[in-house]
Amino acid sequence: MNQDFLVLCLESGSVAVLIQKHTNMSKNWPLWEIFVRSKNGLEHRHFGSLHAADADMALENARDVYTRRSEGVSIWVVESKNITASNPEHNGELFEPAQDKVYRHPTFYDLPDEVKHM
Amino acid sequence: MSDKEIKNLEEIFEARIARDEKIEPKDWMPEKYRKTHIRQMSQHAHSEIVGMLPEGNWITRAPSLRRKAALLAKVQDEAGHGLYLYSACETLGISRDEMYEQLHTGKAKYSSIFNYPTVTWADMGAIGWLVDGAAIINQVPLCNTSFGPYARAMVRVCKEESFHQRQGYEIMLKLCNGTPEQKEMAQDALNRWWWPSLMMLGPTDAESIHTEQSMKWKLKRKSNDELRQQFIDQTVPQADILGLTIPDPDLKFNEETGSYDFGEIDWDEFWQVVKGHGPSNKKRMKARVGAWEEGAWVRDAAMAYAEKQEKKKLKKVS
Amino acid sequence: MKQNKNLYNYIIGIADNSLILAQRLGELCGHGPTLETDIAGTNISLDLIGQARNYYQYAAKVQNEGKTEDDLAFLRLENQYRNVLLVEQPNEHFGYVMGRQYLFDVFHLMFLSEMLQSKDETLAAIAKKGIKEVSYHKRFSGDWIKRLGDGTEESNHNIQEAIDELWAYTDELFDQTEADKAMIAEGIGVDTSKLKEKYYEEVSILLKEATIEVPERKYFIKGGKKGVHSEHMGYILTEMQYMQRTYPNMEW
Repeated sequence: MNQDFLVLCLESGSVAVLIQKHTNMSKNWPLWEIFVRSKNGLEHRHFGSLHAADADMALENARDVYTRRSEGVSIWVVESKNITASNPEHNGELFEPAQDKVYRHPTFYDLPDEVKHM
Repeated sequence: MSDKEIKNLEEIFEARIARDEKIEPKDWMPEKYRKTHIRQMSQHAHSEIVGMLPEGNWITRAPSLRRKAALLAKVQDEAGHGLYLYSACETLGISRDEMYEQLHTGKAKYSSIFNYPTVTWADMGAIGWLVDGAAIINQVPLCNTSFGPYARAMVRVCKEESFHQRQGYEIMLKLCNGTPEQKEMAQDALNRWWWPSLMMLGPTDAESIHTEQSMKWKLKRKSNDELRQQFIDQTVPQADILGLTIPDPDLKFNEETGSYDFGEIDWDEFWQVVKGHGPSNKKRMKARVGAWEEGAWVRDAAMAYAEKQEKKKLKKVS
Repeated sequence: MKQNKNLYNYIIGIADNSLILAQRLGELCGHGPTLETDIAGTNISLDLIGQARNYYQYAAKVQNEGKTEDDLAFLRLENQYRNVLLVEQPNEHFGYVMGRQYLFDVFHLMFLSEMLQSKDETLAAIAKKGIKEVSYHKRFSGDWIKRLGDGTEESNHNIQEAIDELWAYTDELFDQTEADKAMIAEGIGVDTSKLKEKYYEEVSILLKEATIEVPERKYFIKGGKKGVHSEHMGYILTEMQYMQRTYPNMEW
């Protein structure tokens, strides 16, 4: 028998059998990321996360947890494990090359002040 | 990684924080930073959910429907705040279940103030006014702390919590403007909650081990003693408006410092309560552990159901 | 005058259902299986308190004796509370909580949908607001019935146990008091007898989907609507009225 489940304690003549809660049998509710649109016209924004057994429950929980004060008109839920995130260690190669491409910005181009509407 | 490389990374890391940059979960961080944050954030989360119990104790007995709704909403907010904080903590790679485990086994601490019993309705007022008051002083600077998820959770917490203290003070006001019995109830609550509230702001600077490091990481902006002084200075005039007497014969306004001098705090009591010997420690833990264990079959059912539904969906597709 | 008395009694009956169920849910705050369910349960409780307040305020106005919502909610005798027995049943375990909720929610939503047509504008307005809240309650509790029923063996056993026991209190939902009958005749009250068949049909469909056996029961337990409550009620009121009884005539 697995000793995780059964621990036999012998104490000064008395025998106590402790059956440990087999906690590792339970599977925990996964984590979900919650995105809320606070009003039409605005984008869904990341609000936080919570636990739920399935997507329907995640939506219900999100409604109760994150929109108690009328913070939203629409909710997206995504199981956290389905999000692929960039690695901050690669930030240099990912994001720095964009920094010197100043010609993508309107201020890069010199025009005389008299030119209007541009 | 060599020691030298780590040291270099640490320097870059500290410099980022010094420049007020935020640290996000996937960024490199010193192990100590991670551990300290897990400890502080989980303790904070535990305090929120254990904190639901003393007030939850009065939901069924609230004296009016308006008060009942406000108290329920407040205790519910505390559940929400616990949830935000657990979630923020989970970004550091510890699960909520692990944190619960630490709470239930006594490995993790929570604010010792919740180990005092709530014996009258006035305690709902005193907790809102004093305990939430002290909590706000602690929490507002955290909205700007260095760890992004913690700071964001705290912004939400602080925004929602602004009604909590007002709710409590309003209860006190009503009592103090009521019958002599009600006023006495209010004074009695102040007598019992005053000193624990002062203790809530943490041990004196001389005894506080984490302060310096916490300051650097912006987990703290002011020392415990400074926060305590701030709390006392802002609370004494509020007590005056209520017409209540702070239970400290040594309390006196100091013209020179512009602050109130106050009496000796019974630190022995504080440490005894922290160690688990307070009047309600056992009851609080029993309630938390009980809720968790009795809920196991419910959580398992939801998971089993979700898995069955998932399988059904897959079958349909194929 | 008689009409007012009937209207008052009618409103009180509806209000007490919401209040007592909210009180039961309030007991659970901080003791649920997860933080998320705690927050959800509290939301339901808050909705019900809100509804109860609207009803009591209106009842106090109809009664016209200078009483407040709190006088009505807190200061009546046990036999003056007219809630159905179902809502006062205890939170034995989460299966009972969700079972009680679902069995009430299905009725509650049908009831409010009908009350929308009431000739009494105040009641129709309260119904309009309540329908949105109760639709969500039913969705929430119904989802949980499915999870518990079709979850694990243990959860199926637990929810079956709860449904079997609570089923005995469902028929009372459709009982009509003198006040109910008078108000139905006036076009103010909801003719609940018309809802009964639909109710059992809807509940049975969900229970079957949740692999829960629909109880077969011919004899039902009733009394709350007549003021004859279960032994639980005295304790509910003892707690709920504690402050009002211990410190009479004070404001809080």
